Amino acid sequence: MHKIRVLAAKPGLDGHDRGVKVIAAALRDAGMEVIYTGLRQTPEQIVATAMQEDVDVIALSILSGAHDYLFPEVMKLIKEKGMDNVLVLGGGVIPEEDIPALKAAGIAEVFGPGTNTHKIVDFIQANAKPRG
Amino acid sequence: MSSFVEQLQAWQAGIDKMLAKRPERKKQFATISGLPIDRVYLPEDPGQEYADKLGLPGEYPYTRGVQPTMYRGRLWTMRQYAGFATAAESNQRYRYLLEQGTTGLSVAFDLPTQIGYDADHNLARGEVGKVGVSISSLKDMEVLFDQIPLDKVSTSMTINAPAGILLAMYIAVAEKQGVKPEQLRGTIQNDILKEYSSRGTYIFPPRPSMRIITNIFAYCAQEVPMWNTISISGYHIREAGSTAVQEVAFTLANGMAYVKAAMDAGLDVDEFGPRLSFFFNAHSEFLEEVAKYRAARRLWAKIMKERFGSTNPKSMMVRFHTQTAGCSLTAQQPKNNIVRVAFQAMSAVLGGTQSLHTNSMDEALSLPTQEAVTIALRTQQIIGYETGVTETVDPLAGAYYIEHLTDEIERRAEEYIARIDEMGGAVSAIEQGYVQREIQEAAYDYQKAVEDNERVVVGVNKFVVKEPPPSGLLRVDPKVREEQAAALAQLRSERDQKAVDSALVELKTAAEKDQNLMPHFLSCVRVYTTLGEICGTLRGVFGEYQAPTTI
Repeated sequence: MHKIRVLAAKPGLDGHDRGVKVIAAALRDAGMEVIYTGLRQTPEQIVATAMQEDVDVIALSILSGAHDYLFPEVMKLIKEKGMDNVLVLGGGVIPEEDIPALKAAGIAEVFGPGTNTHKIVDFIQANAKPRG
Repeated sequence: MSSFVEQLQAWQAGIDKMLAKRPERKKQFATISGLPIDRVYLPEDPGQEYADKLGLPGEYPYTRGVQPTMYRGRLWTMRQYAGFATAAESNQRYRYLLEQGTTGLSVAFDLPTQIGYDADHNLARGEVGKVGVSISSLKDMEVLFDQIPLDKVSTSMTINAPAGILLAMYIAVAEKQGVKPEQLRGTIQNDILKEYSSRGTYIFPPRPSMRIITNIFAYCAQEVPMWNTISISGYHIREAGSTAVQEVAFTLANGMAYVKAAMDAGLDVDEFGPRLSFFFNAHSEFLEEVAKYRAARRLWAKIMKERFGSTNPKSMMVRFHTQTAGCSLTAQQPKNNIVRVAFQAMSAVLGGTQSLHTNSMDEALSLPTQEAVTIALRTQQIIGYETGVTETVDPLAGAYYIEHLTDEIERRAEEYIARIDEMGGAVSAIEQGYVQREIQEAAYDYQKAVEDNERVVVGVNKFVVKEPPPSGLLRVDPKVREEQAAALAQLRSERDQKAVDSALVELKTAAEKDQNLMPHFLSCVRVYTTLGEICGTLRGVFGEYQAPTTI
């Protein structure tokens, strides 16, 4: 069976990668393949990596407050590239009142501080559409 | 035994002399019930082991604190980290904090500033003014400190890769106020090594970064002698998920790398040593934290004396700032964070901190509101003025558990340091990804312990309630970027471009020729060369750091 492939990505300039690394480890322990971009990725770089690596899921992490600009930028590029099958998730310090706009832009779900990693694993397993 | 009695007498005589000049806060100290409180409590029969491991406050190995009277003389500096949006808005917050009784400023810069991009740079999109104030040139810095007398306040700046440039701007603002560099008091974080391992706002590769840092040490020793040229930070190492032992070990290992780099550059350890300062985290394991600060003090004193041959007591002292643990705050039931912060702050005080930032209850959600910041500051004031823990020095000393933890943290940290020594020091250990891997494994272990309910986080995995989403969070207007970009365009059209160009050419030459960069930073900023232009020039010479992937 095709393993779910996930790109864990840090858009923007913030260097807080504890969360994204913990989640990468948890997804890997749940049997997924995880690629981590490292810090300071532009939306263009993230989408290019996602295409190149042929991932099923992109998990974006931001703690600087730039999600309101950068998440929709990523979604815009994903739509432009026709990558409609890719499930895109957001995480980090994201105020609840910002979530509806992010979802409207196409982010499937937003996971805030204190989220249990099993919840994220379950969500991906239920919603990702791996090919093959 | 008799030698300790002599030591005690000399210590007492020293205090009497000091008190004649600078008395303690009160003539007599007593509990709420009227019981008298002594300056320091000692074992009934202090032997050699006591003298070696604990000693007297203000004396080697400083386990009991770096000053002989600690908070009986003066409370710690209550320093709240703040900054957002534009320089004008941050200036207002600083003036509010000063009015409310905060005693030192602590500047938070936004990410473009920390990574050396101007507000109008492409990579600054979405980030301007978000996690701190946006500073692109001296013009912004002038507004930031408007009506704040720089000879009266001490200012801490959380800035690393471009620390020398922001310090140059601060010196230039002071000059305009008629304040001389030698009057300036404050701190630049300037700790690049933990950026590679834990915090992420690096620009250049490690080797040129270490050179810039030693340039700053050398320059400030001569020109800005009261400035703390570095704040060697365990805070972010802990935030990234490390244990308390790792926090001490990796912080001191980084400290050793700076000392070695400066000595290799020909500086005398006791010339720059007294200006080294530290920055630790105050996490939730209350007694372990108290022991942690004591262990760090003892271990660093030993390292400076024995390894680096320091003879100046000031070089051996760990003077440190503490911030309560941001990572311990919960988005769930945020008011509980007030209680967490209070305990954490208390541990820092019982551990002998020199300054303290208390986090605000809403920081798991966004930057703090004014109300939340005020409660956080009041928490420190309650500890300082109401609880009485300030009235005697190192009150928990001699408790079996505390002394055991202090010994154990020191021992385990020494084991880590030995391993890092074998790898060739902190720079090599970080380049190899060793430190990063150790931290991220600890972070994952902690997360699993929470998820398996082995570790309770109130409101997160136990005592959970349904609650409405929080409201009234502080928002930064996205227009800040456009305003800053417009202001920059105007600045570039008004300034003396020829002066800027020639300052940048000289900077480039100095960077290539291994000259001290600080005077060049000053000549650049004085003519309103922007931060991005200066860092861009240095990027051209030094290149940019490419992080190893460690997962």
